[in-house]
Amino acid sequence: MSLNILSKTITNSTGVHLILLGIFLFVAIIISSGSGYININFADVFKIIASKCTGNKDLLEGMNKIFSVIVFDVRLPRILTAAIVGAGLSISGAVFQGILLNPLADPYTLGVSAGAAFGASIAILFNINLFAFTVNSSCSVPVFAFTGAIATLFFVIFLASSNSSATRLGLSSNNLILSGIIVAAILSAGISFLKYLADEQVSIIIFWLMGSFASSGWPDVQLTLLFVCAGFLISFFFARDLNLMALGNRTASSLGVDTKKVTLALLVTASLIAAVCVSVSGIIGFVGLLVPHMTRAVTGPDNRKLIPVSMMVGAILLLCADTLTRAVLPSEIPIGVLTALIGGPFFCYIFKKRQMSGTGI
Amino acid sequence: MGFQIKKMSFSYGDNKVIDNVSLHIEPGRFYGIIGPNGCGKSTFLDLLSSHTKPAAGSVFFMGKDLAKYSKKALSRLIALVPQNFYINFSFTAREIVLMGRYPHIPKFSVPAQQDMEIIDDVMQKTETYQFKNRFITELSGGERQRVVFARALAQDTDVLILDEATSNFDINHSIRMLNLAARGVEKNGKTVITVLQDINLAAIFCEYLIFIKNGRIAAYGKTNEVLNANTIKSVFNVDAKVYQDSYSNSKQVVFKR
Repeated sequence: MSLNILSKTITNSTGVHLILLGIFLFVAIIISSGSGYININFADVFKIIASKCTGNKDLLEGMNKIFSVIVFDVRLPRILTAAIVGAGLSISGAVFQGILLNPLADPYTLGVSAGAAFGASIAILFNINLFAFTVNSSCSVPVFAFTGAIATLFFVIFLASSNSSATRLGLSSNNLILSGIIVAAILSAGISFLKYLADEQVSIIIFWLMGSFASSGWPDVQLTLLFVCAGFLISFFFARDLNLMALGNRTASSLGVDTKKVTLALLVTASLIAAVCVSVSGIIGFVGLLVPHMTRAVTGPDNRKLIPVSMMVGAILLLCADTLTRAVLPSEIPIGVLTALIGGPFFCYIFKKRQMSGTGI
Repeated sequence: MGFQIKKMSFSYGDNKVIDNVSLHIEPGRFYGIIGPNGCGKSTFLDLLSSHTKPAAGSVFFMGKDLAKYSKKALSRLIALVPQNFYINFSFTAREIVLMGRYPHIPKFSVPAQQDMEIIDDVMQKTETYQFKNRFITELSGGERQRVVFARALAQDTDVLILDEATSNFDINHSIRMLNLAARGVEKNGKTVITVLQDINLAAIFCEYLIFIKNGRIAAYGKTNEVLNANTIKSVFNVDAKVYQDSYSNSKQVVFKR
């Protein structure tokens, strides 16, 4: 799937949106890289990035050496992780809303976040050090979080699929949502129990749950980039089928969609993206719910437009939110708390506005 | 060739919905399926459209086992208008009708001029063209069902399966839509298989009637031959008078309280 085909499939206006959003994202990355405890002017940031990309050391001449370290080793990995996680959560949210036929679904609807939180809590509580001999020990929390998320996903799918639904309905969205809620409820009770046991580590668990990019490094960038890119390509590949599934499984099937296969493929893809995002950054709410929801108001519900545009909007929004907490606010607020504090009321506003205008969700 | 159904059965759990049905559905005809609620009509249609696989027996379509067709290939041969249609996302009416062309448009290409002409044409015929840019979520039940009907016509298949597709229409639109389907049968040799609750409407349009009761074929044959008081009594357990009506030029049924 080349860029050429991608641009041909989506209409011109969407192409323009994507280019504008791309420019906006790039500018946001540059501005964000320059701002913080030490302000670095944008020309220098640009030079540092250019010199790292091209390997041309001359560009850095006459610049404080520490600047290059701050931008490239400290800020950029965090900024890029935030942007990629924002993109990932938004793709995942758009896909979940499409599969579950519910504009209010989000990446965590199927309990992926609860599973990740449970896994992370166990790793923190028992101080598990999987990779003591190889990589640094900080890996075990993300690995446990990821495992918890995936195990939860498969359990939810197992719970939701019944004999009769396998032949006639595939995985029904009601069954999936209900199973997700049940499993998430059990897991959050489990997390509460772990917190109760945790004693001193309870604060670490709580902080992890609130989400943060503070410790993101280049490995996080690589890992999330890999998963989010692959996830995007798969989601985009099935985007037209996902449109048809909005007509109901029976109609989609009569239009040539293998509904069971597409549902399963997209469910696993979207959950994998969400799981990776959660495992590197903790639980960041509302991005996956709000971004596709708002984007749909501009692009319409066609997933071939919605998924790419949501991805860009999500990247920009989470990057800006993270920069806000990192560089603008007097002291750093956990990003998950910030997105919920901004996103929650905003969601209430648009929800109420639509209720009043009678157009529904 | 049409459909060759051989000893087809299907059940949900212990509940046998379709019980050992054998039937030949000829191409180029207008078929009506009639039966009480929950008799297995919708399941029967699902089996014909290969949305559901028979638990026993087989369905051959154009000489080939239905199970051997790919979904893609079938979507160019058989179109379905479902009974209930509910959608949560605000696609425009035109976008929904365009979805009917998807089986003919490769995944990553834009619709050709010809596709757009087809959808404009079917939208005019189904009287949905005037609200082509309105959101499907804002349309009334009947308007929405017309859009779905247009979508199935845009699919341009040999077989059109209607599952109580006229249930939300007023009588004007019921006749109009069934006439559109009938024209496809008469002019282009298409096959229409429709479930209808209105026996009189079925009698006007359908050349053949299939009466289903408890998952079995209760009666089957040319409308003139099979539609009589005995059939109605045995299938629905109601008394009725069936007479030849000169105005509609078909058998008609009347009931009493």
